Amino acid sequence: MTSGRSLGFYLLLAPVLLWLLLLVIIPHIDLALVSLRERVGVGQYAFSFANFLTFLNEPLYLVTFARTAVMSILATFITLIVGFPVAYFIAKMARGKLQPILFVLCLVPFWVSELVRTFGWMILLRETGIISSLLQWLGLVNGPVELLYNDAAIMIGLVYTSMLFMVVPLVTTLSTLDDSLIEAGYDLGGSSASVFREIIVPHAMPGIVSGCIVVFMLSLGNYLTPIMLGGKDSLWFTELIYSQFIVRFNWELGAAFGFMLLFLSTAIVWVALKLTGQSLEKTMG
Amino acid sequence: MIPTIPQNRTMDIAFKVYVTLFFVYLALPLAVNAVFAFNDSQFPSLPWKGFTWNWFFGDAHPMIGVFHERPILRAIGTSIFIGVCVSTLAVIVGTTNAFLFNRYRFKGKEFLYFLMLLPLVIPGILLGVSILVFSSSIANAMWDGFKWDIEALRPGVLLVVLGQFSFIATMATLVISARLKTFDKTLEEAAMNLGADALTAIRTITLPYLFPAMIGAFIVAFLMSFENFNTTFMLVGSDAPLTIAMFDRLKEGSTPLLNAVSLLLMVGSSALALIMIAVQRKK
Amino acid sequence: MATPDLSCIDLTRRFGDALAVDNVSFEVPAGSFFSILGPSGCGKTTIMRMIAGFLEPTSGDILIKGRSVLDVPPNKRPVNMVFQHLALFPMMNIADNIGYGLRRKGLGKAEIEKKVEEALERIGLPGIGKRQVNELSGGQKQRVAIARCMVLEPDVLLLDEPLGALDLKLREQMKIELKSLQHAFDTTFVYITHDQSEALVMSDTIAVMNAGRFEQMAGPEELYHRPETAFVAGFVGDANIFKGEVVRSSGHDVELRTEHGTHIKGVSLLRDIPEGRSAEAYVRPEAIHLSRTADDVAELDNALSGKVEQMLFNGAASRIRIKAEESSETIEVGLPQSGRFDGIRPGQTVNFGWSDKQGNIFETGGKE
Repeated sequence: MTSGRSLGFYLLLAPVLLWLLLLVIIPHIDLALVSLRERVGVGQYAFSFANFLTFLNEPLYLVTFARTAVMSILATFITLIVGFPVAYFIAKMARGKLQPILFVLCLVPFWVSELVRTFGWMILLRETGIISSLLQWLGLVNGPVELLYNDAAIMIGLVYTSMLFMVVPLVTTLSTLDDSLIEAGYDLGGSSASVFREIIVPHAMPGIVSGCIVVFMLSLGNYLTPIMLGGKDSLWFTELIYSQFIVRFNWELGAAFGFMLLFLSTAIVWVALKLTGQSLEKTMG
Repeated sequence: MIPTIPQNRTMDIAFKVYVTLFFVYLALPLAVNAVFAFNDSQFPSLPWKGFTWNWFFGDAHPMIGVFHERPILRAIGTSIFIGVCVSTLAVIVGTTNAFLFNRYRFKGKEFLYFLMLLPLVIPGILLGVSILVFSSSIANAMWDGFKWDIEALRPGVLLVVLGQFSFIATMATLVISARLKTFDKTLEEAAMNLGADALTAIRTITLPYLFPAMIGAFIVAFLMSFENFNTTFMLVGSDAPLTIAMFDRLKEGSTPLLNAVSLLLMVGSSALALIMIAVQRKK
Repeated sequence: MATPDLSCIDLTRRFGDALAVDNVSFEVPAGSFFSILGPSGCGKTTIMRMIAGFLEPTSGDILIKGRSVLDVPPNKRPVNMVFQHLALFPMMNIADNIGYGLRRKGLGKAEIEKKVEEALERIGLPGIGKRQVNELSGGQKQRVAIARCMVLEPDVLLLDEPLGALDLKLREQMKIELKSLQHAFDTTFVYITHDQSEALVMSDTIAVMNAGRFEQMAGPEELYHRPETAFVAGFVGDANIFKGEVVRSSGHDVELRTEHGTHIKGVSLLRDIPEGRSAEAYVRPEAIHLSRTADDVAELDNALSGKVEQMLFNGAASRIRIKAEESSETIEVGLPQSGRFDGIRPGQTVNFGWSDKQGNIFETGGKE
């Protein structure tokens, strides 16, 4: 630790400042400025909240906004419920070589593009897909069934695509839980349920929170999965942003949507951190 | 709940069945994806019409394989180019950041660290649009002020690289910092005690120690760049990288060609992941 | 006779081919302090985990207050355990740690609070309930870990080398404190350790364990003075070990000629050793008389003289190493720090000796 202001210090400070200022902070300020202007003539703009008012006054936008939030929270919750036992198994029950093997197996699917994974689910779920064919072959259904293009399909895809980001932090925190703490819990008369509630969950809390935050953000900001697995009516908020920017070329409204998304994610993450008494640095760093 | 606690046998079996099902769920989409790359049919769906290599090596319509499909090959090339640029930048900045945050105490350090983490929690699509908006603001200002038309600031490869770098740099910083934190600073002092100056000590002792983490960060960054969609989608120009090219194809309808590309991606990613594990092991 | 608090009958545990605990039986009377002493890997932890219920015995039975507990899961057994690293729950404060077991029993809030405060007073740490685990010192944590078990009023308290993590000074202090806590709670303690001094200071009965079996079970003094096997003689306390051949044997009295030619008279308490067999004599350095004159030691069964080779100063445990005159055998002898031997220096000739009762002789290679 040096506290001197040497040349080296400024050389190390420069890249991080350039990166954060030019690629993150100033662009977002610019985006904020764009969202707060209104086109009043050709090439002429005025300061206004019109874009945010448009957002608030159009039910389709609001409904999509709320739907995206609720579905993302639900996806986060399901991912936690599905992933926790697996993380627990890998961290505490798997013995010897099995443990690293299972852990790597968990990671493997996520080194491939999300597009590939989503495509895989399309092959499985669509009307001519594997599961439909399997159900017909088993005689459970008479004709082809369409399992794609609905909210359940979106949910399957979201949970699948975020699983890694839940399992890894959970395994990491759970494997630091000393077995003797669990044994002590039993020895003092605890049951599986009470040991789980009072010892395992509190210990895993940082991992749970960090997993949930990442999964929530990924679901909220996801574009591919809802577009490809969802139906015609199942809009996702990122689709609105995209269409304003690329299709309608209404950057002002798109920027306003972007800020609503940012606001939503920040608010929910902030509430989650406050409720659980964790901090962003602690859970992410 | 742990092996030493006597457990009901049914519970135990149920738990194992659940974990097995979980891994089946993980493997299923990838497995079907891979299998249909070899289906001798126009569509990646049942019925199975026999095995073929045509979706890889075929050169006649309607079964043109990956290796004869120029747009796909070009998209792969673009993706690799972008990936290498992003990873190189990310590893350099990640390394300087690791030294900055580990070795210096300065005012506002905590705040800067917090800012540094933000790109991980900002939705990718927003990083994309904000850079899009900002770069076009600059481009417009350049045109209005000096009548310069800076093509590079329009959607295209440069913006994609910058957009991906904006959050991948955080990842690289975390990976390299974690390794630097475990470095025993007395080794550097020992080197200086034996006659090295500060920079030589870092170059001969600290950087070699960080090397596995830098390789790891490079590979992670490359894979993240290669598979990125959300940020790239907002910034892409006429030179589409592979994920965007595949997405455009998929919207038109799927053919086993896409399965073949997917399989190649899986093989490539796994190979990189294995290299990374091997490198990390050696430390 | 009252039912013992704990009895183990023919307890055996295998791990694959390895026999960790080999047919061990013992009883621990109510209110006593029982230690299992042995080197690491001897199977003592396995016994403890079987009693706690974290391991199933391969065969044999465990009775607590006369009732078999083999079918009772660990969370229902009337035994509690102080873990090696204490296993205090870092996610709870001290009061919640101590109250954990009481909450599992479904006691009311007020009652739990009262019992926790009582327990804290008993261990001499009143009012620390609101503190976090990591704010406590090593010795305080120790006491909290014991209190956490004792509020449940277990029939038997198991302690798994709980002093191992403490530094030397604190460990000495905690030995005495543990003993008095055991008196205060009047509960049966089963204590496992590899540290002979912990076992000797605290225990009513010590079982010395080696390779899955109990070598000897006795009170501390008997164990020290009358070890039944060579392992016990070597493991409990220090000893000069003389290897040699039995040249004379009548009843308990045995005479050994060492490889260097010294004749050593000793006793073999449990069995006769025929002449001609090879054997080892164990003589504790502190049991050997030291003198400047030959007369002082002349009437002892073993009387020798030799040159001081080396001084090994170590406070109360100081010794000198002497090379015996005739045989050039090297022998360590306790050096009392009473002032009598202050002038002794390497190179001087001294006389020393011990009575045959102090030399325990065991046949080697034979069955022990």
